[in-house]
Amino acid sequence: MSTETLNDAHDSPDGHDAHHEHHIPKGILRWLFTTNHKDIGTLYLWFAFIMFLIGGAMAMVIRAELFQPGLQIVDPHFFNQMTTVHGLIMVFGAVMPAFTGLANWMIPMMIGAPDMALPRMNNWSFYILPFAFIILLSSLFMDGGGPAFGWTFYAPLSTQYSGDSTALFVFSVHIMGISSIMGAINVVVTILNMRAPGMTYMKMPLFVWTWLITAFLLIAVMPVLAGAVTMVLTDKFFGTSFFDAAGGGDPVMFQHIFWFFGHPEVYIMILPAFGIISAIVPTFSRKRLFGYASMVYATASIALLSFIVWAHHMFTTGMPVAAEMFFMFATMLISVPTGVKVFNWVATMWRGSLTFEVPMMFAIAFIVLFTIGGLSGLMLAIIPADFQYHDTYFVVAHFHYVLVTGALFSIMAAVYYWLPKWTGKMFDITLAKWHFWCSLISVNVLFFPMHFVGLAGMPRRIPDYALQFADFNKWISIGGFAFGLSQLIFLALIIKACRKIGEPVSDQVWEGAEGLEWEIPSPAPYHTFSTPPLIK
Amino acid sequence: MSEQPESKSTAEKPNVALENERTAHAEIPKTRAQMASENAKTAKKLVFVVIGMLGFSFALVPLYDVFCDLTGINGKPSNEAAVYESVVIDESRTIKVEFITRTHSGMAWEFSAQTAEIRLHPGEMGEVEFYVRNPTEHDIIAQAIPSISPGIAALYVNKTECFCFKHQPLKAGEEAIMPMKFYVDPQLPKEFTFFTLQYTLYDISATVQPAVVVAMDNS
Amino acid sequence: MNRIFTLLIGVMLTFSNSAIATTAAERSNVNMRPGASDISLEVYELHMLMLWICVVIGVLVFGVMFYSMVMHRKSTGAKAANFHENVKVEVLWTVIPFIILIAMAWPAATTLIAMEDTSEAEVTILVTGSQWKWHYKYQNNPEVEFFSLLATQREQISNKFTKGDNYLLEVDRPLVIPTGKKVRFLITSDDVIHSWWVPDFAIKKDANPGFINEAWTNVNEPGIYRGQCAELCGKDHGFMPIVVIAKGPAEYSAWVQEQESAARRANEEEQRLLAMNMSMEELMTQGKKVYDTACVACHQANGGGLPPMFPALKGSKIAIEKQNIPVHIDNIINGKNNMPAFGKQLSMSEIAAVVTYERNAWGNNTGDMVQAKDVNFVINGK
Repeated sequence: MSTETLNDAHDSPDGHDAHHEHHIPKGILRWLFTTNHKDIGTLYLWFAFIMFLIGGAMAMVIRAELFQPGLQIVDPHFFNQMTTVHGLIMVFGAVMPAFTGLANWMIPMMIGAPDMALPRMNNWSFYILPFAFIILLSSLFMDGGGPAFGWTFYAPLSTQYSGDSTALFVFSVHIMGISSIMGAINVVVTILNMRAPGMTYMKMPLFVWTWLITAFLLIAVMPVLAGAVTMVLTDKFFGTSFFDAAGGGDPVMFQHIFWFFGHPEVYIMILPAFGIISAIVPTFSRKRLFGYASMVYATASIALLSFIVWAHHMFTTGMPVAAEMFFMFATMLISVPTGVKVFNWVATMWRGSLTFEVPMMFAIAFIVLFTIGGLSGLMLAIIPADFQYHDTYFVVAHFHYVLVTGALFSIMAAVYYWLPKWTGKMFDITLAKWHFWCSLISVNVLFFPMHFVGLAGMPRRIPDYALQFADFNKWISIGGFAFGLSQLIFLALIIKACRKIGEPVSDQVWEGAEGLEWEIPSPAPYHTFSTPPLIK
Repeated sequence: MSEQPESKSTAEKPNVALENERTAHAEIPKTRAQMASENAKTAKKLVFVVIGMLGFSFALVPLYDVFCDLTGINGKPSNEAAVYESVVIDESRTIKVEFITRTHSGMAWEFSAQTAEIRLHPGEMGEVEFYVRNPTEHDIIAQAIPSISPGIAALYVNKTECFCFKHQPLKAGEEAIMPMKFYVDPQLPKEFTFFTLQYTLYDISATVQPAVVVAMDNS
Repeated sequence: MNRIFTLLIGVMLTFSNSAIATTAAERSNVNMRPGASDISLEVYELHMLMLWICVVIGVLVFGVMFYSMVMHRKSTGAKAANFHENVKVEVLWTVIPFIILIAMAWPAATTLIAMEDTSEAEVTILVTGSQWKWHYKYQNNPEVEFFSLLATQREQISNKFTKGDNYLLEVDRPLVIPTGKKVRFLITSDDVIHSWWVPDFAIKKDANPGFINEAWTNVNEPGIYRGQCAELCGKDHGFMPIVVIAKGPAEYSAWVQEQESAARRANEEEQRLLAMNMSMEELMTQGKKVYDTACVACHQANGGGLPPMFPALKGSKIAIEKQNIPVHIDNIINGKNNMPAFGKQLSMSEIAAVVTYERNAWGNNTGDMVQAKDVNFVINGK
């Protein structure tokens, strides 16, 4: 299928449609009041990157403390605050806003829409986000410190046994939730209503599809998170006893409610990644994506299954065997559609005409390392073995493979893939390759040995450990520092790209790239598709 | 599909319904105002979904209780008095019931089971007593929370009378005997030959309704 | 299979020094342990089976991909093929994983059912977690109950002393169980959620406040088995280990009898102490000992605490004003806010000693002396 613009939105050299030309304010006001999806996408991406660096700095504190057995740098209470806030920032501040930023940039361009459907709300949904994280981070400086109960904030540790900063934590999670929900509503409305004529559902790029499903997941589960934190707030400050056995509540119910949100949340952080990889692999294989329809159905079934597997996070809480069996089988079932996706990517590469530009390097690393994370996830579903794996570094290894070499690598792949389109210039390829290889090696030194210490019996969320874990922890920390430093290469590269240093690129940028976004000029003009293109 | 170059687009069979929709789009392009009102409409629907899900998150609390009553997921026996009538006693087997008494951290009472364990047939009425004493110099209101392991057994324990159904006030220095009557449902699966019933006493003086305190002063 | 796995890992390990090889020899530091019971062995074998299935899947999938990456490069002149779907293949790779899953679920379910055995046990132990220690109570011998606390010296943790072999995995009073008998653990908590984990028994069960969970084991070989709390439970979550000693049935009975008589003696001693007064020196010496095990984690060695979560005792009103002595004692017995209750963990004379210590250390020089009978008065009102 090819596209043809009905009206020549991009015929004028600066890409502005004469009818809709607006005056773009200069300086800070442009960014403050912008309703342009590209500006807001950029804001989201920068915000996510800054949060990634802050959350990463906390990970460095954690790894520095764990470099050697014994307490050297921080006290255990501060250590717990670091693990908690690191988790919250990476989930809600880095990965989710980065995907929202990519959605803002790319979805209108991919479906031939002039902008997001609700531009003013779009501005709001971004600008409340920094406040959420300022509140969360400032709680670290309160008397008694910030939240120290893990990002999962299990009651009653977060209710009866937490500090006053819990109120700030709850408030900031509420704001993050509102921001995500507004972002998700915007995505859904845009995709449902704003597609160009002829852009039928089954012609949408997979990134659009996966984001549509992700947005529905967000709309369904972020309110549940809001409910959970509200109950924590009232239990702590207003005398309710949702999670207090003394008042007829049940602390385990907290976990059920939390993971009812938490498991779909996991897929919220990986489905858009599937969309990204499904865009990149065909481009650099110069071959159409294998099994487009089955990719869509697989994504939808993963999303649906994600609602009935929440209790696999809770096998040790003590459940009747029948319930445990159900959750085990349902969890294992998810690996079928996930497997289909991996097979489809491999089949797309099969007998293609492969080249290995930087986005493809990240995409291939994603396929391999995400699959490792997926396979350890399958092991975690096996209940008797999970009794041994649960709450150890094996789990930490598993979800970092899925979230760092999965979600994060896909975000980096996406940035490298679309950056030339955004800036009109090719990024510094040498730096990018340095970034890739440094990240790839260090991330495995960082996370792979975690499998071993976990199996050998090291619990997660501890600031100090027994001596048999010392050797590996040293390596893990070295890998961690190296991975952290590698991201500074990325920062340098992005700054260079934003200053538009580099070779100009063609409209198509990559030889095998197909899709609406590659038919508009590079750099993408401020307004695109003010008149919808016709898709044959 | 946007990934596919034109030269390869032979296999795609357009969906008829969607194709019609496309034609409609192409023929009557919507104005910006129409578009905006349509978007607002869709957004409004989604906001209702959000509100609905927020309500659902709170509905999970009672739903969880229902779920537990159905599956015995948390080992909590029913908090309402059962009626003991026309229960068939299954004399073919005997169930051992063990009792554990605990006081929660900070609860100063002495609390013990007069009988550590009893054996009874399913359907047979059992009666046990618990001893409590408030050794402190102030009045305390207690709440006992039951828990059964294995959790499934909780579904088959029917209490006709229990001190855990209501708050238990004791004045400074007072002691009391608290009774509990129950029977095991004959439906209890055969593989369960025994179970443990634990009571944990909580000091709820600080959170309890003032009415109870008044009632206590008058007694 | 395990040997190959260990070999693979060995390559990685050769790059790291092995200063701790002494204990690491017995405790594998790369893989799960087969453990000490039939169930733990079964779990270990299940784990290895799953691991190898996953390795094979990974090798196959990545193998195909790497083959493609080598053979289908544009630089070697590969031309892209034109296929983009194939119903047969797609059905096949949906069905085959499904069959593999059933093959995986079957042994998992079998082991799970074996683990959920509900038959009666010969020994039942009530395990109660609290911040940050375990309490064990032998249901068959009600007189035997005790707290089990981390025994590693603070100086080792703060890197002033060399760390011992069992650093962070040693306790003052280990749990003792018999071998060859079914031992049932009833697990609960006094405050937040803890998780009682002994890897060698393949037991990890959450301790939920107000609820009981259960687990069981039947240990084959006598030995010392070490574990840790596995659920984040606050500041010292990393410092509440579990040590279980499995003894032969005869030795176990002897141990229980010894514990029972020791408990009786302690009781008598307590009564004796009630009737007499200890000297300031005795109180201060014992008080410091108690403080260093029970209080130091939060209130710190200098009495300065970690405010506001853990308030300072140095200069605190409760610890220096005379009329607050009963409050001081009561807070230790019954706890307050974040502070756990120590009434069950410490004897009356120990509480008396630690109260005296806290009222006279770090410049709190009140001169107050608190005796066991004062504590008894607060506990029992007489």
